[in-house]
Amino acid sequence: MTYLTRDPIALDALLAEVSSPARGGTCAFLGTVRNGPDEAGVTAIEYSAYDVMVEAELERITAEARERCPGAGVAVRHRLGMIPVGEASIAIVAAASHRAQAFEACRYVIEEVKRRVPVWKKELRADGSAVWVDASGHPTTSPPAHV
Amino acid sequence: MPFAPPSGTIRVRFFARYAELVGRAEAAVSVPLPATVGDVVRRVREQLPGACDIPERPLTAVNLRHVKLDASVRDGDEVALLPPIAGG
Repeated sequence: MTYLTRDPIALDALLAEVSSPARGGTCAFLGTVRNGPDEAGVTAIEYSAYDVMVEAELERITAEARERCPGAGVAVRHRLGMIPVGEASIAIVAAASHRAQAFEACRYVIEEVKRRVPVWKKELRADGSAVWVDASGHPTTSPPAHV
Repeated sequence: MPFAPPSGTIRVRFFARYAELVGRAEAAVSVPLPATVGDVVRRVREQLPGACDIPERPLTAVNLRHVKLDASVRDGDEVALLPPIAGG
């Protein structure tokens, strides 16, 4: 199983991975590259990763989600490389017998991704600058605290 | 013969901003055993040019799992120094 891609994410493929007659609720989450009022003219984000650890960590996270929501199916893709504003960097699809478990599994995966999956992003800005940023979009020049 | 403590060679990986600081993606670091991840980080910061700008207590992983700095390391382990995670 590979959870990483350098191409645009095809949501249909993820939906097909978890679709089943016994699963009546499907929840999809897309995280997209943003240039909102809090960003300084972001044109794209370059994503990089510790690839083998991403694969291992996502394998563990999706297994945990299925344990929390028995019978659920979970599919995840994280895109790496240069991603322009408006395109998805991550897609998560969770399907379960009922909507509550589908929402729960989907939410669990994205929250654990944010906390555990070793991916980094460098914002490319309209003024030509490039800045490493943390999960909240703040520059990572100050020393982070250890977890 | 003088007693020589055993030593281990650790493969240290750098990513994102930390890789830019040290100008490389990995290094082999020798440490006297027993040793912890914290010992490896200290040795990296002392020995590699540019590594003094890596925090004293960075996020770390050993063999693809997150660990704290007091985790022990063995000869042949892969220790990764991880900048603040920004996935998703």
